[in-house]
Amino acid sequence: MKETTMATMAQTEHVKVTVKDLKGKVDPDWCPGCGDFGVLAALKQAIAELGLQPHTVLTISGIGCSSNLPGYLNTYGMHTLHGRALAVATGAQLGNHHLKIVVTGGDGDGYGIGGNHFVHAMRRNVDLTYIVMNNQIYGLTTGQLSPTSSKGMNTKSTPFGSVENPVNPIPLAIAAGATYVARGFTGQQKQLVELIKGGLQHRGFALIDTFSPCVTYNHDNTHEFFKQRTRKLEEMGHDPTDVHAAMEKGWLWGEVIPIGLFWRRQDLPALDQLEPVLGAGGPLAHRPLGVAPDIARALIAELM
Amino acid sequence: MRRLDLAIGIGGAAGQGIATPGDILARIFVRRGLHVNAYNAYQSIIRGGHIFLTLRTSDQPVLSQGDKIDVLMPLNQDTMNRHLKLMRAGSAVLFNSDTIKPGVVPDGVQLCPFSVKALAPTTRGDLVQNTLALAAVLRLIKVEFEILEEILTLQFRRKGAAAVAENVGVARAGYDYAATHFTALPFSLPDTGKRLAFFEGNQALAMGGAAAGVRFYCAYPMSPSSGVLHWMARHARQLGIMVRQVEDEIGVINMAIGAAHTGCRAMCATSGGGFALMSEALGAAAMMEIPVVCINVQRAGPATGVPTKTEQGDLWQVMGAGQGDYPRIIVAPTNIGDCFKVVPTLFNLVDKFQCPGIILSDLLLSEGRSSIDPAELDFNVPIDRGDVVGLNGDGPPVNGGFKRYLVTESGVSPRALPGTPGYVHVVATDEHDEDGVLISDEFTDPHKRQAIHEKRMRKMDGVLPLLAPPVLHGPADAHVTLVGWGSTEGVIREAMQQLAEAGIVANNLQIRWLVPLHAEAIVSILSRCRAVIIVENNYSGQFARYLRAETGIVAGGHIRKYDGEPFMPHHIVDGVTAILAGSTKRYVPVHEIQV
Ligand SMILES: Cc1ncc(C[n+]2csc(CCOP(=O)(O)OP(=O)(O)O)c2C)c(N)n1
Ligand code: SF4
Repeated sequence: MKETTMATMAQTEHVKVTVKDLKGKVDPDWCPGCGDFGVLAALKQAIAELGLQPHTVLTISGIGCSSNLPGYLNTYGMHTLHGRALAVATGAQLGNHHLKIVVTGGDGDGYGIGGNHFVHAMRRNVDLTYIVMNNQIYGLTTGQLSPTSSKGMNTKSTPFGSVENPVNPIPLAIAAGATYVARGFTGQQKQLVELIKGGLQHRGFALIDTFSPCVTYNHDNTHEFFKQRTRKLEEMGHDPTDVHAAMEKGWLWGEVIPIGLFWRRQDLPALDQLEPVLGAGGPLAHRPLGVAPDIARALIAELM
Repeated sequence: MRRLDLAIGIGGAAGQGIATPGDILARIFVRRGLHVNAYNAYQSIIRGGHIFLTLRTSDQPVLSQGDKIDVLMPLNQDTMNRHLKLMRAGSAVLFNSDTIKPGVVPDGVQLCPFSVKALAPTTRGDLVQNTLALAAVLRLIKVEFEILEEILTLQFRRKGAAAVAENVGVARAGYDYAATHFTALPFSLPDTGKRLAFFEGNQALAMGGAAAGVRFYCAYPMSPSSGVLHWMARHARQLGIMVRQVEDEIGVINMAIGAAHTGCRAMCATSGGGFALMSEALGAAAMMEIPVVCINVQRAGPATGVPTKTEQGDLWQVMGAGQGDYPRIIVAPTNIGDCFKVVPTLFNLVDKFQCPGIILSDLLLSEGRSSIDPAELDFNVPIDRGDVVGLNGDGPPVNGGFKRYLVTESGVSPRALPGTPGYVHVVATDEHDEDGVLISDEFTDPHKRQAIHEKRMRKMDGVLPLLAPPVLHGPADAHVTLVGWGSTEGVIREAMQQLAEAGIVANNLQIRWLVPLHAEAIVSILSRCRAVIIVENNYSGQFARYLRAETGIVAGGHIRKYDGEPFMPHHIVDGVTAILAGSTKRYVPVHEIQV
């Protein structure tokens, strides 16, 4: 756990947080059986197990079925624009680096419209935990091609089969500079909870791409599909500090689809740790406004 | 002796060293307490092309770049050819006769050739001609050599004593040569005993942000707004401002919103194209009710347009930016000093009303430079963060009952910052209820939607009374009222002086707060005016259309310019004369200097 969060929590650390405490104001409106329920449950479990106080967590999402998640969670939340969650989260993290920021959303949101922010948030190693509910389809807009849809897939916007190659977020994230790269599956709850906990404890950018099947629009990549193919990396003897092995495993797709922690690097500082303006001071958001008279004089002197 | 009103034009290709002599001259003037206005006409190339810097100084405030050049310093033949025909009697042209041939000059123009080879035979380096010309100009306007010596010493100190001696020697040669060969100009350069500051509009905006307490600034480079980023980046550590260059303008505004949500005052700047990318997120800020300030430094459009040229063509864009109706505050500062002052005022408003604020600058203001009395740069400004619970991370817990979007009469609901115990809530860009719960899809309830939408929009009613209504500047009973907005204030006011000399009494109504607009005040002022002419730097009369929409006022005449260069005072004088004479209703001046 990072020091700063500990400091914020100190005031209220005696209050034990349960999964029940993390229930939001309303129940999810997801289709029964939607994989996103599993992500929500795992996230709540992870927060509770780590003892994070709800008011110290800020959950930020974009737009999509999956991005509705912050509304179902009792933490501070922002339900922003389609594709923009990571940009908003970067600003929020630098604005108050004592907050624990979780970003949630869909594959279309993150890898499609948000692709540019995705790459740049990772190269900056912003201290964020990014959970992508990857259902390889656009759910909320009723079943069109997503950037992760398989080649050949029939969707509403590709009735004759997609001819495009899907994006592969795992090698992309490793190459872009994410320092914690994992893949989960809602059918493996225990592992997913551990992966999210690992991400929340990681100081830097953590991606947890999560297979979260859309029962309504994706009839190819179903729960059953993943159940038959996913294999845990820890059972495959994978070493998450070996970047070449991580890349190689990241490219595996077929009869065996690895899930678990692909890559972790703990020797790189997160963006806020590199920013001299933050230094040892508290969150920017809490600092007093105003320019000291001697600095104001110096600024004016520059113009004379 | 004439009253001091001296314009020096320095022209050449990019890379020929126009900025340095310009800066030195400006510094000399403001250190004597003289007012300065500088406008640099340039192109988007690193080397070559044609650049023309007009530096105008006076013992009175200088309102625009003016109409004339008293001293021309052409650094290449091209500049000589382009600008010579505009020189008037009493003016002087200083040039290196080794490489530049004089053209035919109008009567009374003094040609002042000097030979770099003869005056600085042992000195190498391309910029010798600039030093010689600079020294000669100073002699022509009777500035003591010691002042130049002091500046050159400061400037070359880092390169060592030999470099200082060499440059001072060259300057001396130019100065002495001018003393014996050229006739001094009929200006005396007084020393008011007071020092003025000199800065560009972008610096003013950035410093205004610092004064306002901006803690987060991010941007993606785009001319002519990048100066704000540069100033912020340079001063970030000194001021404790998080400054970031971001992947694109969509990222910029969203990051600013993220930082603002945590409680930082957050600002960003861009030009029209970047602003277009920010549109959706501005609406998001309004929907989530997060205060944020965005500066749009307009350049000539559409699309990539003319990156180094000025225009007031984005008014409709900023008014219509983003889908749907939402509260926003739009202000157009009217001069460079105002760029500084407007930022803290706007931040107090957006914090109070929890909505986005837009500052509509343009290249003329943002890259134009002007002197200012340092006493006007007051960093000790009032700060009003509005209704924020637990700004310092503490607040009485209300056990989950917090309604972030409580419907109130003012439309403003208390805001709680993430991290505050007891106020956990979710903000959303989807339509939501008072407590942040979405009503966008299955829970949609027309009554709730109407109530929450009205709550947001009601804020605008609260903004208007806090904005100073525009006031008529000049004689109340004028033949003609010139209406302008934003950056055209200075040139309109100078044109008024010229019109007065020609027997036409004009006054000026300059609009600063664009949204919300003081429509009633404007109607009551303009309904008493004899003739109304609207002056703006765009083709379609964006402000004229807006004014008509908001007030029903149809102006009798329009003066518009959209060639990329700002108005010169005589353009407006010519337009007013033509319109009052009935020869046209829409006057488009021809910009005679080719830059
Ligand atoms: C700028 C913009 N373009 C398009 C949309 C419409 N839109 C909403 S959600 C979505 C895609 C959702 O897919 P994904 O991110 O994979 O999430 P899912 O619904 O599958 O969880 C789209 C295209 C939008 N809201 N904003
Ligand atoms: S459409 Fe698909 S992704 Fe959306 S809620 Fe239903 S099952 Fe989930």
